[in-house]
Amino acid sequence: MTRVVVGPFSRVEGDLEVALEVEDGVVREARVSSQVFRGFEQILAGKAPLDALVIVPRVCGICSVAQSSAVARALAAAAGVEPPRNGRTASNLMLAAENLADHLTHFYLFFMPDFDRTAYSQRHWFELARARFEAMRGAGGVEAVGARARFLELMAILGGKWPHTLAIQPGGTSRAVQKAEKVQLLLVLREFRRFLEGALFGDELERVAGLGGAAELAAWRDARPAAASDFRLFLEIARDLDLDRLGRATDVFMSYGAYHDGERPHFAAGVFDGAPRELDRASIAEDGRHAWLLDDEPCHPSEGATRPHADKPGAYTWCKAPRLGGRVVEVGALARQVVDGHALVRDVVAATGGNVFSRVLARLLELALMVPAMERWAASIEPGEHFCIPADVPDGAAGAGMVEAARGSLGHWLTVEGGRISRYQIVAPTTWNFSPRDAKGQPGPLEQALVGTPVGRGAEDPAVQHVVRSFDPCMVCTVH
Amino acid sequence: MRQINVIWIQSGACGGCTMSLLCSDVSSLLRTLQGAGVNFLWHPSLSQASGPEALAILRSCESGETPLDVLCVEGAVLCGPNGTGRFHLLSGTGLPMKDWVRRLAERARHVLAVGSCAAYGGIPSAGANPTDACGLQYEGEQPGGLLGASWRDPRGLPVINVAGCPVHPGWIVETLLALALGDFNADELDQLGRPRFYADQLVHHGCPRNEFYEFKASASKPSDLGCLMENMGCKATQAHADCNIRLWNVSGSCLRGGYACINCTAPGFEEPGHEFARTPKIAGIPTTLPIDMPKAWFLALAALSKSATPRRVRENAVTDRVAVAPAVRPGRK
Repeated sequence: MTRVVVGPFSRVEGDLEVALEVEDGVVREARVSSQVFRGFEQILAGKAPLDALVIVPRVCGICSVAQSSAVARALAAAAGVEPPRNGRTASNLMLAAENLADHLTHFYLFFMPDFDRTAYSQRHWFELARARFEAMRGAGGVEAVGARARFLELMAILGGKWPHTLAIQPGGTSRAVQKAEKVQLLLVLREFRRFLEGALFGDELERVAGLGGAAELAAWRDARPAAASDFRLFLEIARDLDLDRLGRATDVFMSYGAYHDGERPHFAAGVFDGAPRELDRASIAEDGRHAWLLDDEPCHPSEGATRPHADKPGAYTWCKAPRLGGRVVEVGALARQVVDGHALVRDVVAATGGNVFSRVLARLLELALMVPAMERWAASIEPGEHFCIPADVPDGAAGAGMVEAARGSLGHWLTVEGGRISRYQIVAPTTWNFSPRDAKGQPGPLEQALVGTPVGRGAEDPAVQHVVRSFDPCMVCTVH
Repeated sequence: MRQINVIWIQSGACGGCTMSLLCSDVSSLLRTLQGAGVNFLWHPSLSQASGPEALAILRSCESGETPLDVLCVEGAVLCGPNGTGRFHLLSGTGLPMKDWVRRLAERARHVLAVGSCAAYGGIPSAGANPTDACGLQYEGEQPGGLLGASWRDPRGLPVINVAGCPVHPGWIVETLLALALGDFNADELDQLGRPRFYADQLVHHGCPRNEFYEFKASASKPSDLGCLMENMGCKATQAHADCNIRLWNVSGSCLRGGYACINCTAPGFEEPGHEFARTPKIAGIPTTLPIDMPKAWFLALAALSKSATPRRVRENAVTDRVAVAPAVRPGRK
């Protein structure tokens, strides 16, 4: 076997290194290494609880609102408050705006530019892919950056700015939107819908979101030429390269449930391993056996610690290995939709599981599903009603904040003692997906997904790039 | 047209400054930068080049083979543990990122610290600074950092500190374009190395809560409309930036979002010595008064304006919508 170390990966949000054991041109083993440690959990210890609202979003400038939402929910749990309805709606709109902007960025700027590689220059779709997705120059990427920037005005209206808003508070949101701003929100959503229905899908969002199975998707594809839209072009490439046979991981999917509004989340919480299961939040445990950390025994994040040990033998990453009841689980848009039971996603997963194709498909479906939902939420804002109530965190308290970021399940666990934060633990989506081996030796999702990937053309082989980026990794969140 | 080669690298970063850059409201950001001669040799979030291809570009700049005009560094320099830089080894190289930054900086015609982390250390240096994070030329307010206080680029400029957490996209775009024009001199930086085109402004300028400030009609809880200075920790009258003039994401700012300015363009903002969203006071008087106003005058004017506050302003300050509208007086034109 030959050992190949690949890094730094571009377009993965942070620094990532992957070590591959290669035999006969195929990956036999992979070890995924998160290279940066910043120590947020240490920084937070000793701080006043509400100061976490400033510090925690800065874990990640990509998933900043998701981090804000998780800390606000953890503090709300500690304070025993529930935001008023308008505050919940505004928070959900902000989180959805970030998640959709991230999906768009992933597709146009991170994932698709890999099809503009010389390895593909003889493919029938290559010239189309180059015109739309060439890194920094392709027309699709250029248009998407503009559409994204205008879409994120939603953050200006609801939260002042993005990233790193301080508008999401435990008691609600700090900008009470009135009638004029409500209309502005709907205008921003209208313009974003126009971009999606034009360049991205070339069809109505409701039609795309309502595709009921793999056969319907194939019929939709075959009814229009490859150049009809960027989604259509992706389907062409995916079929030609068999992207549904690349990058299969555990096929155990988890979602904490997305966009909470009172009792029920908009997308359900749960686990899917061929059948839907209940999510047992108490069975989450982080294992540091192969991380450069002192703590070896798996434990629930509410009991967790993070103590660096850069010279630890056998360790190869700063990332811990979170497990659910001891199982390796995959999180993200695909997991969210398969758990929620989207017909097309369930059908695709039943046929070929979690793979490069189904992960990207699920993100694009969420764009089509969520914009109509956001239009309804914006229309449901009641100007004149409150957005925020005061929240006092007691001197001794604990709370958890569990949300769905673009990339999957994000959890924060907070303990307050003597009026100060005594423990803060974060388990981010890519912590799950890019986790190392655990104490039992089970490789993490990407480590499993890379096994069997061809590297015939060397470390730059596009296949490895596709598998890695199909997870839309956020390495800055992963270790924090 | 003149073209400048830019390398952008990230270390102890959240990626938020790159994300903020992509929110630029110049039409067609990527084409505008290219049209202005800004050529990204490598950017971690935007470039196709990955792994060995990316390293080849970095090595070519490091050796001087490819001319490097601007090195942009996003994120703090992580020096720990014990000076080894092990908290960030650049993937695929096994070498500390701090050494890569130092060697690339030696080759660059200009070095840009993108964001307050790269400039001064920022959030990663908060608390006990577990990673020994520092800025390129500062550790908080202390000159030094990775490159040392006396470091200068070949044209005599120190590190250009485009500070902010995150940076405003306009600050980066305009700095890069000025460098592409060859039109940027040391006297265009303030004493903390920040471009004066935005650092000579205060966040207070253009604040829509201005009338509440004038009358010291203050918010007391999140979502109140009143001035955020007296109770809510706002430092807009001390913070160097034009956030309420050029606005964020088309139409926003922190204060428009209903929360305090935390002075994120300043070294040490991450450890204010008080809770971020609570104004420190002595005997009921805020200790964080406007930057260049004599305290006695401020207090005298505050007392006077408080007693002159119209009912409309006083009542609106502690509600989340306009409860009392300005009077309409017939006959007044």
